[in-house]
Amino acid sequence: MINHDIVIVGGGPAGMAAAVAAYDNGVTDVVILDRDDDLGGILRQCIHNGFGLHKLGQELTGPEYAAVYKAKVEERGITVYKNTMVLDVSQDKVVTATNRDGIMQIQAKAVVLAMGCRERSRGALNTPGTRPAGVFSAGTAQKLINCEGYMVGKKVVILGSGDIGLIMARRMSLEGAKVEAVCEIMPYSGGLTRNIVQCLEDFYIPLYLSTTVAEIHGKKRLEGVTIAQVDENRNVIEETKRYIECDTLLLSVGLIPENELTAQAGIDMDRITSGAIVDENCQTLAEGVFACGNVLHVHDLVDYVSDEAERAGKGAAEYVTKGTNNSEYVNVSAAGGVRYVLPQHIHTQPKEAVSLFMRVGKPYGKVRFTAKCGDTVLASAIRLKAAPGEMEKLVIKTDKFSHITGDITVTLEEM
Amino acid sequence: MEKFDILIAGAGVTGGMIARELSRFQLSVCLLEKENDVACGATKANSGIVHGGYDPVPGTLKAKLNTAGVELLFEAAEMLNVPHKRNGSMVCAFAEDENRIIDHLYERGLENGIEGLSVITGDRARELEPELSDKVTKALLVTNSGIVCPYELTIAAVGNAMDNGVELKRNFAISDIAKIGEGFVVSAADGRKVQGKYLINCAGSFADDLAAMVGDKFYQIIPRAGEYMLLDKAEGVRVSRTIFQTPGKEGKGILVTPTNHGNLLTGPTATEVEHGESTETTGAQLAYVQRMGAKSVPGVNFRQVITSFTGVRASVAGGDFIIQMSDKVNGFVHVAGIDSPGLTCCVSIAKYVVDILKNAGVVLTEKENWNGTREDMHAFSKMSVEEKNEVIRNNPSYGKIICRCETVTEGEIIAALHKNPVALDLDGVKRRTRSGMGRCQGGFCSSYVMKLIAQHAGMDMTDVTKNGTGSYVLTEKI
Amino acid sequence: MERKLTCIICPRGCSLTVAGETDSLTVTGHACPRGETYAINECTNPVRTITSIVRVENREDTMVSVKTAQPVPKDKIFEIMGMIRSTAVAAPVKIGDVIIDNIYGTQVIATKNID
Repeated sequence: MINHDIVIVGGGPAGMAAAVAAYDNGVTDVVILDRDDDLGGILRQCIHNGFGLHKLGQELTGPEYAAVYKAKVEERGITVYKNTMVLDVSQDKVVTATNRDGIMQIQAKAVVLAMGCRERSRGALNTPGTRPAGVFSAGTAQKLINCEGYMVGKKVVILGSGDIGLIMARRMSLEGAKVEAVCEIMPYSGGLTRNIVQCLEDFYIPLYLSTTVAEIHGKKRLEGVTIAQVDENRNVIEETKRYIECDTLLLSVGLIPENELTAQAGIDMDRITSGAIVDENCQTLAEGVFACGNVLHVHDLVDYVSDEAERAGKGAAEYVTKGTNNSEYVNVSAAGGVRYVLPQHIHTQPKEAVSLFMRVGKPYGKVRFTAKCGDTVLASAIRLKAAPGEMEKLVIKTDKFSHITGDITVTLEEM
Repeated sequence: MEKFDILIAGAGVTGGMIARELSRFQLSVCLLEKENDVACGATKANSGIVHGGYDPVPGTLKAKLNTAGVELLFEAAEMLNVPHKRNGSMVCAFAEDENRIIDHLYERGLENGIEGLSVITGDRARELEPELSDKVTKALLVTNSGIVCPYELTIAAVGNAMDNGVELKRNFAISDIAKIGEGFVVSAADGRKVQGKYLINCAGSFADDLAAMVGDKFYQIIPRAGEYMLLDKAEGVRVSRTIFQTPGKEGKGILVTPTNHGNLLTGPTATEVEHGESTETTGAQLAYVQRMGAKSVPGVNFRQVITSFTGVRASVAGGDFIIQMSDKVNGFVHVAGIDSPGLTCCVSIAKYVVDILKNAGVVLTEKENWNGTREDMHAFSKMSVEEKNEVIRNNPSYGKIICRCETVTEGEIIAALHKNPVALDLDGVKRRTRSGMGRCQGGFCSSYVMKLIAQHAGMDMTDVTKNGTGSYVLTEKI
Repeated sequence: MERKLTCIICPRGCSLTVAGETDSLTVTGHACPRGETYAINECTNPVRTITSIVRVENREDTMVSVKTAQPVPKDKIFEIMGMIRSTAVAAPVKIGDVIIDNIYGTQVIATKNID
């Protein structure tokens, strides 16, 4: 058994930002464990641009954004165990991991979980039909193309209009493939509007809303798919079935926080976010165990992942140097059109302004978000529009802290 | 042309186990398989149940081989280090007429000589399996039955047979069989030919086609598709036993069972289909699986499905196994109609076939150095930390995890690429190591596994397939 | 002339309306000046940043990601992609290294470090 003050599980954007923040807040014995051969996580395969506008004030590609944080990690001399897979995290903060040198156990004072997320697979969709080659989750195809340098198909249908699906529609087109259609089961796209414009419209790729892939055809390699419109209960409307010949189906049908270690450790989770329940410092219900980034809830922008990870890193450092905040917790819950809010609970006496993050359940026009404790408004903000794909934020400023006397509810009203 | 004493057509669990049984003797044996790997037909997509033996009609070959087969199967699984478990089963009745079926099955089981059967009340059944439906009125409790991983059993049986001298020819799709003086010349679609004195037809769904090639097609294979849903390990704890409903004309009905790897499996349906390769799933049948699975165990969370699949049973009219020397063509052995409980009976069938050959005059001289055991391909995952560290010291690739969902190491994948019968494609690696078998279904690991296949099988990345010719994954190098 | 556009400068995605003639366009709906510039450019000379990959010759199965340092004319995207596809580089490569010089007034540069 070896000892480190803070162990960070995962060296993607969340893990790197958390490590840097922990270090900058006074804990220098920080280590990052990452399963890959380099830091950066999924950013390494996201070669498109659009990263960093909020956080770094410039528009970068994924690898460039990762490089900025990797440099920060290296400047501080933070130890990184590469090619190292964490097998177990216990509530008493023993981290077990394996790499080519063997199995190691680290006793940490604080642990930051930053494992990211995985894609929903075809199996989880239960799409009927055959099981040929040529059906990829969008991220798998992205890795094969951008990191390994191999094309995965020539005629493509994409199911799911989340950002990865849209980005891959453009990427496949740029590499010479014909993207026949992007199908979205919901009546609206889950991706950012800018991506619909520059990834689909630029390449004349049709986006079919309320449409799904109803059947998969082909024995050895995919030969085609049957697409169909769906009714309001997302059931296939038989008479709208239509065959599209293609050799490739990319699935961009949702991301799932990769919380197996969290669940294994017995840490309480939020059913809606599929991530841990946390406080304003990203601390889970297991004392000294923090979670941030896409393992906590799926983010739309990496910039917000970095912000959140900095709170987690700082929280972990403060936990190691100063111990816990012993003030009581109040619950924070979502109501009405707000699908979820994070953190799920906060201290009655937080140390600094508290940011609440939420997502709406469906698209809205102009809305006002309000966080209330009883009848007292703690924070409110107006947005010209709100969409499930975009995270919203409310800040409870320090002057409102005296009003945090009970549970907080976040709601929205249409204006 | 290569000449063998015995040719076996089809490397499913039946052909594989016959190959292993024959590898005991001083005979040259060749196993012919049309796919890129073994266990690619009904074997890879069935329930994986070792049936107790209460179901077959007394006096049938099925009844005889099932009764004899259970212990033989567990013994072979043990020797071959294949995951298996004697978890027992329950057949559940939900109504008065089904209660009578339970009594009938119990009687039949006694007649078949099955031990450890008892009829229990619905309440007792729920004591044993708390998640069982409160609508269960009565149940047959079976204690000798269990579960085994069917494709791993086949891979191990073929591997063990190969270790003992049997040859495996893959992608050998039989297109013609010529009867010559003493034996057969068997041709493949790609032009290869082999000669054998005896030919054992274990071609599953294609058994009638092969029988026709020698002019002795006295049965017709009736392919019946069975659709399944496999659920995440989070659901694998719903039941500890295999839960059946009372059997009907269509077969044993929809079961709910834990698997050897801790998942939950539910299925199969029973639909007659066009041919043995009709392995597509359908929306209606999957919905039926879900409905009937929930009938037995209402708490199953079907949002946790990680994959669904279809297996095609090679049934014949009459319902019993057809295992005999051809009346018309001497040296041609029919092993046809091997549907449920075929997996359970694979070893007893193999022994039965050896007896047929013996009676036909094949001289069976045992090899002195026959070794019926195969190393445990999952040994690493069962080791203590100290033992694992020792292995990693000697071979660091065991420290590198490739498949996160199932915790499969690079070392285990490399072993699968070198151990008989070697994996040649992604599905082959998956069935041997479980890499890609978990909740992400290969999303993360498939590119790593492809690199390892390319490297160890000496092929280009673009030649790596999912499951053989035509199932290419990559279209070009950029 | 009136044209509806969605601003793609930042993730906010403002809905823009462009009205008027080519030399006197007026933009509404933008939340920042960049949106106005985008809308006018989009109607007069639409440009895009291209991101792609280039094979690293002296490293096994290694690609370096690249981008155009400045946005390039939208109608030249496939021409430039052709140039990128026929290019290879040798490691080491640093972020910002010029991979292809002088294309439509800008360069293709590396966006990943390859040691």
